[in-house]
This record gives sequence, structure tokens and C-alpha cells, in this order.
Amino acid sequence: MDTHVFKPDQPAPALSVGPLGWLRANLFSGWFNTLLTLLGLYLVWQIVPPLIDWAFIEADWRGETRADCSREGACWVFVGERFGQFMYGFYPQDQRWRVDLAVLLAVVGAAPLFVAAFRHKLRYGLAFLLVYPLLAWWLLHGGFLGLIAVPTSQWGGLMLTLVIAAVGIAGALPLGILLALGRRSDLPAIKVLCVTFIEFWRGVPLITVLFMSSVMLPLFLPEGMNLDKLLRAMLMVILFEAAYIAEVVRGGLQAIPKGQYEAAQAMGLGYWRMMGLVVLPQALKLVIPGIVNTFIALFKDTSLVIIIGLFDFLNSIKRATADPAWLGMSTEGYVFAAVVYWIFCFGISRYSQRLERRLETGHRH
Amino acid sequence: MNPATPQTASGEKLMIEMIDVNKWYGQFHVLKDINLQVRRGERIVICGPSGSGKSTTIRCINRLEEHQAGKILVEGVELTRDLKQIEAIRSEVGMVFQHFNLFPHLTVLQNCTLAPMWVRKLPRREAEEVAMYYLEKVRIPEQANKYPGQLSGGQQQRVAIARALCMKPKIMLFDEPTSALDPEMVKEVLDTMIALAESGMTMLCVTHEMGFARTVANRVIFMDRGEIVEQADPETFFHHPQNERTRLFLGQILY
Amino acid sequence: MPVATSPGRRGSLLSDPQARAWIFQVVAVAAVVAFGWFLFHNTQANLQHRGITSGFGFLDNAAGFGITQHLIDYSESDSYGRVFWVGLLNTLLVSVIGIILATVLGFVLGIARLSSNWLIRQLATAYIEVFRNIPPLLQIFFWYFAVIGPLPGPRDSLSLGNLIFLNNRGVQMPAPSASEAYGPFMLALLAALVLVVLLSRWARARRLATGERFPVFWSSLALVVAIPGACVLLFGSPVNWSVPELQRFNIRGGWVVIPELVSIVMALAIYTAAFIGETVRSGIQAVSGGQTEAAASLGLRHGQVLRLVVIPQALRVIVPPLTSQYLNLTKNSSLAAAIGYPDMVSLFAGTVLNQTGQAIETMAITMSVYLAISLSISLLMNAYNARIALVER
Repeated sequence: MDTHVFKPDQPAPALSVGPLGWLRANLFSGWFNTLLTLLGLYLVWQIVPPLIDWAFIEADWRGETRADCSREGACWVFVGERFGQFMYGFYPQDQRWRVDLAVLLAVVGAAPLFVAAFRHKLRYGLAFLLVYPLLAWWLLHGGFLGLIAVPTSQWGGLMLTLVIAAVGIAGALPLGILLALGRRSDLPAIKVLCVTFIEFWRGVPLITVLFMSSVMLPLFLPEGMNLDKLLRAMLMVILFEAAYIAEVVRGGLQAIPKGQYEAAQAMGLGYWRMMGLVVLPQALKLVIPGIVNTFIALFKDTSLVIIIGLFDFLNSIKRATADPAWLGMSTEGYVFAAVVYWIFCFGISRYSQRLERRLETGHRH
Repeated sequence: MNPATPQTASGEKLMIEMIDVNKWYGQFHVLKDINLQVRRGERIVICGPSGSGKSTTIRCINRLEEHQAGKILVEGVELTRDLKQIEAIRSEVGMVFQHFNLFPHLTVLQNCTLAPMWVRKLPRREAEEVAMYYLEKVRIPEQANKYPGQLSGGQQQRVAIARALCMKPKIMLFDEPTSALDPEMVKEVLDTMIALAESGMTMLCVTHEMGFARTVANRVIFMDRGEIVEQADPETFFHHPQNERTRLFLGQILY
Repeated sequence: MPVATSPGRRGSLLSDPQARAWIFQVVAVAAVVAFGWFLFHNTQANLQHRGITSGFGFLDNAAGFGITQHLIDYSESDSYGRVFWVGLLNTLLVSVIGIILATVLGFVLGIARLSSNWLIRQLATAYIEVFRNIPPLLQIFFWYFAVIGPLPGPRDSLSLGNLIFLNNRGVQMPAPSASEAYGPFMLALLAALVLVVLLSRWARARRLATGERFPVFWSSLALVVAIPGACVLLFGSPVNWSVPELQRFNIRGGWVVIPELVSIVMALAIYTAAFIGETVRSGIQAVSGGQTEAAASLGLRHGQVLRLVVIPQALRVIVPPLTSQYLNLTKNSSLAAAIGYPDMVSLFAGTVLNQTGQAIETMAITMSVYLAISLSISLLMNAYNARIALVER
């Protein structure tokens, strides 16, 4: 009986691994690839150094007026001077701590939901969702319990953008889920109503919806009754995004095998308990990425409220760039705005990807 | 050296010759000094534990994988980076995959006529005649106008065999053709392969079907950790394995 | 709302699932109808109060305002109805140009994302991650206020070979107009195209019958170049170019592309291309590696593998989300209103509404247009999906 003696592993040839191998495989694997690499390098060379030059090296950071911006690059003085307005709009300066506190409370309050080890996420989350809006309303709007009232017409900047986005998603998610259930319902009348509702909102641009809220809503309401401008915008955003959420959730409902419904019915669960305890938890888990994408879209869409004259983040920047004292600051203003929006959207999408991966591994076991 | 290494009869052309072939995935050494000679009409079964480099070996032969050291010759032509040459060799070497890889957007007949029409430049009529001939050989001519998605796994794999045969290849490579099948469908595919073997086709087959190896193979090769550990005719291989590793492996898979 | 009833409550109407379903539906429909009536009633009262008469009669009234860009003849004395068509065409113009640019750029990005070249892959990823995470309206503002706004005035235009001029009034470029040779040229072009169709049919038939190849692409190209080319040699150029000329204070002649159009097309094309790039990438990735391997192992050339196996399968995955991106772009073209590009929304739901006060009618018309576009494209897509769905057991 022979015993086979295995040969020891040999290192791979230098040209196929290591930095050299990597370069050869990824950048110079043929004349065409080499050409692409050179083209790419040229592009990077054309874009990156001038950008860094403009944004950092040649930029002005210190000063108070336009005259302090004497160098070639960006004038960040402008952003610094108007920072308060970009963040809070016309919120009274001595009251801005209330906004800060509300944001801080949101972050601290929501933090346990992101800690994997925390056990009572659902109960805590629901409690948070019930308590926080009241608290936020008291802090932001006030007018009772010792805080002076700050009417919504003074709200603005990034704060307003965040308020619209937060209220939008908080309202659109439950409504969207109900609509999705309605669309999948066996009751024909309910189904028709939901389908019509969803297809209507998905078929028109948000801008026309906002237009409608400012020109038609006053006609729809009883005489003398007037809705706050911000409230109207938020209502429209909720209805609009709910239709998109509904379609995402419907996708998840369709992916749940029939056996799950049958098993739930066999256990004697009624419709709402079957949905709430068995089907929806699974379906929502499946469509988290879709919901997050809708939320990112909603966040970007909040910028459209400019159309009806609300002073959200983008509008406050647009107004600031039109200020005669700061003419020619459009590039700085919009680049700053782009960076802020980008950080939010990219951050959310990265988080959802991580969540997705975690849920995926959870699924396999 | 292993005494079972077949001697090349002088003057006989080798269909496949692998000389000191080495391959790495990154730093992982998957194939170590593989030497293999395949003569015309030979039927070789390659077996071994998973991850031993069996599939990689046969995938190197039609260059679905590139080796980094050593030489591979198919019908005396060395495999290089020359694309034209690779395409020419691929059209002479048929391959059947574990997961069938039929083209789902084409009917069974179109799956079979695609390459003959585009590579061999056959007229459609002729390509369809060839296709029907081989579909009959694998005993599913009646499915010709269905789509792959409408067939069972066993039927799909038989179509895949017919599709490869339509190119009239000189060598057929089988990469675990029955591993993805339900047990009751394994036999229909093996029967097709046995019939093919009887027609004198040169075959290289990665499989764990030892019954097939016994009845059909001229030579059984056992691979482990990227090396050819033992090769012998089936009689010797199954009843008097020379090597401890081989015996261990056979013990695991036969009982 | 129905409650999950306990099985104990027998005899009650509510415990009979069928009756419950009926009651629930009737209640829901009644609520919707009541809500609708409430809105209708309020609207009636409000309109009466404000002295607005409803109806579409206003469409025939003279508009009395000018429009900076109109694809059909338009003057101030034209009716509101004509304003509608001007706006609709301007919307469609943005959409069509945007869709073409976004598709080209998006496919390049999608393929670049799958390139074997690391640098190209990273660049494409960076592009996609940057542009899809910035609101389109912000991108429009950026182009309009930060790029085109600061450009020099017409006098100091940036020029490309004195043919194309770039300034803060937009882009001026040479405009073609038909010359006497236009007719013959178009005839020659038509003839060439007909020949190309016939040739490719013949070549296909011959390939199927005998297996022989004919260089269809190159001979078609030769036909399309040669026949109209000969026509140009014989009769002269088919078009006269009106080249913009730099004068003392402005530029005369040529086509003027207004800055609003440039901004919105650039922004929407760049924004949508990022999404199309992801669609294309995932479509191609959805075709398993096994398909490519199987096709290659049959001896098909790389180009044939792509054309015969990968692309037909990838398109099935790509087309539905691609059309929804097209729809998004069309709907996003309404952002034009924010910078005053005379599209459907800003003209009709904006100016016309303000002038006439016919809020309900103008909004209804505007929204119906978008709804009609969306619904008809969805219907087309459903039909397409049903047709191309892979046949399964």
C-alpha cells in the first residue's frame, strides 16, 4: 500500500498575484484595458486636483464679508456666515437650542433601536413613536408649558427639511402598508379603491401635487377653514409617498408563500391577526431595502416644497445666493447643499445595505 | 512514478495532453503539476473529494479557466492566449455542465442549432436536421419546440448533451452532469452517456457515479488536493487501489 | 373597520365572514363617496363665493403673454388652448432629449461598472453614488445658477470654432434649413434605407438557407454613405446652415437653446443616468455566468456570446425598470417650473392658472396628461412583460 506524499503548496507566480499581478489583471490586461486605464487616469487628473485646489487649498475660510474672499478658490466664508439660516431658517436665534435639543432627543431616543443587543426593540420603538412627536411638537412649535410659540412660517433650513422627511415617512409607512393590504384584498370594492388611489399618485409628478395643495386645497375646504402651508405640504408628501411605499410592500406580500397564510388561518387567526402577526413581519423584512430607497427618494423630494414657497434647506440656500451682498456665491452654496444632501442619502443607503446583509444571514439559519 | 501511467503507443496522436499544469486562485494552489494524456476513444472518469481540483482540471482543457504554468495541448495544438485558437478548440470540445446551462430564452431546438449555425455556418435546415438527429439519440425529439423551463432536470441535461453533440465534437467533457439531478433522473442521463461512450466518443467525466465508472471507463483518475494521486483501469482501481487516500475515499463513497 | 371577531359571537351579522365583507365594502365606498361629496360641495360654494365659473370655455380666450420657447408657432394673441400644446411639446422635448442622453450615458456607466478594469469600475461607481444621492432639483439649480448663470454675456461668448457659442443666454448653434437639394437628398436617403432593409433580409434568408455569411453591417454602411453622398455631389448640400454670428452686443442667427433647457436636460440626464447605470448593471449580472460559459464552450465568439445569449436575456430584466426610469425622467421634467422653463406645469398650471383662476380645470388637465402618459406606458410594459416572460413549467 502506497502512501501518497502531497507536494507542498508553491507560491503563485509573481506575475499573477501580489501588487504586480493585481495591476496586470485589473489595469493592464490588454491594450484596450491599458488604454481605458490611461483614459481613467486622465479623467481623474482633470477632475480631482482642480477640485481639491478649489475646495481646500485655494479656498477662503476666515472672514465676515464678501471682501474677505480674495483668493482663487471657494469662499466658505459665505457658508459660515449664513450657516444659522441654512440650518434653522428664520427660527428666532435665542430659541434655536430647542431645535438642537429636539434633534439630540431624536438621536439619543432612537439609539437603542440600533443596538443589536437591545431586546425590547418593538415595544420601545412604538413607545418612542408615540411620545417623541408630542415632545418634538412642544419643543419646535411650543406655545404651551413655558415655551413661547414659534409659528411654522418661521421654520426653515435643514430643520424644516428634516421635519418634512420625518413626518412624511412616519405617515407614509402605515398608510402605504394599509394600501398594499387593500390592493391585495379579496374585497373587490376595496381593491378598486386602493388601486385607483395608488395609480393616481404614482402617475403624477410631486410638483403638480404640491401645486394642487396650494391652489386647489383652499377650494376643497369649507369656507373660512385654512390649513397651515407646511401642514398641506406634509399631507401631500405623505399621500404621494404612501403610494410608492404601497407598491414596495405589495412586492413583499407577493413573495410570502401561500402556505404561511394557510398555516395562520389553520391556527384560527382572523385577517388582521394573520397579517399583523404572521405575514407582515415577514413581508416588511423582505422589503426593507425598497422602503429605504423610497425614503431616500422622499428625502430628495422634500426639496420640491420650494415650489410652494416653503423655506426648506435648498430654498434657504437659493435665497442666500440671491443676496446682493453675496453675489456670485452660487457654486459654493449649491456645492454645500449637495454635500449635505449627499451625506444624508448616502449614509441611509449604506446603512440599509448593512441591514440587508445582516437580515440575509439571519434568513439562512 | 505511478506504474499505471498509460504509455503512448508510438505514432498515436494524443487527443489531450497536459504537461506539468499548475494553477492558482490568488495564492491558493489548486492544480499541482497535473500530467494527463488522453488518447482517441478513451473514456476517463475523474473522481475525488470536493475541492480537489477535478472540475478545474477539465475546465482548463477548454480554457474556461486559465492555467498559469505548464502546457495543455488539444489535438496537438497548445492552448495560448490566442482567442481565435481558443474558439477553434472550444468548437471541437463539447462540455456538459452540472447545472445544464441551457439558454432559457431559446427553444430546445434553437439551443441545439445556435452554435452549428453561427460557428459551423450550417444552413438552418441542415442544422435542424442535425439537432433532431441528436435529440432522437437522447430520446426527446418530441420536446424540440418547448422551452428549457418546461422540461425536467433529467430532460434538460439530455438536451444539454445533445446541444454539445450537435457541434460534432471530438472530445466531450462532463462536469458532474448528474450532481444537480433528482435521484430518479440520474439513470436517464447516465444511459445517454453510456450510449455515447459505446459510439466511441473520447470522454472526460468528472462524476461520483462509480457504477458508471465501472461499466464505461477505460481509466479512473483519483484527485486530491490538486494532485493526481492515482490512476488505473477500473478493475484495479476499485478492487486493488494502490494508495491509502484512494482506498479511504472509495470507502467513504461506496458504503 | 372590521374587528377580528371571536368565534363565540354566533348569530350576529358580524360573525358571518360574507356579510362582514359586504358591510365593510359598503362602508368604505360610502365613506369615499361622502368625502368626495364634501369636497365637491365645498368647491361649489367656494367657486360661487369667488365668482369663478367652471368649465373649459377659457381655453379659447387669448393668452396675451409671450413664451420664450415654442416648437409650434405661437404669439400672444393665441389661445390658452394653444399654450397647452406649446407646454406639452416643451415637456416632451425635455423628456425625449433627456431620455436619449440618459440612456447612452447610463448604458456606458452600467457596462463600466462591470468592467474588468478596476479604475473604470471605481470611476463608474463614484459617478453613480455621487449623482443619485443629490436631489435633481438641486442639480438643476446648480447648472442654472452656478454654471450657466456666471457665463459671460453674448459679447464675450465662449466659442467653439466660431460655430457654437456658449454664454449666459444659453447655447447658440448653427441651424440647418432645407435647400433645393433637400428633396433629392431625402429621396436618396430613403432609397438607401430601403436597400439596407432588403439587403439584410436577403442576407438573413441566405444565411439560414446556405449558412453563408454576408458582411451586412459594412455593406449597409457603404450604401447609406454612398447613395446620399453621390446625391450631395450631384445636387449640392441638402441644407443651408445658418451660422450664428457674433455682433456687437449679441449673437444673430442659428439655433438658440435657452439656458433653462440646457440646465434641465443636463441635470436630468446626469441624474437619471446614474439609476439607469444600476439597472443595466443588475440586468447584465442577472444573466448567470453559466450562460456565458456554456455559450463560450460551444465555440461562439465573444461578440456572439453577448449578442445571442447575454443581451437577449439581460434585456428582459432591464427593460421594465428602464421604462420606469423614463417615466421618472418625464415626471421630473416638471421640475422645470422651478427655473421658469416653459413646460406643461409652469405654463399651464402656473401662468394660465394665475391668469384665469381656473384652478380645477388647469390642474385636472395637467395631471391628466401625466396620468395618461404613465398609464399608457404601464399598460405597454405589462403587455411587453407578458410577451417576453420566460416560459416555465
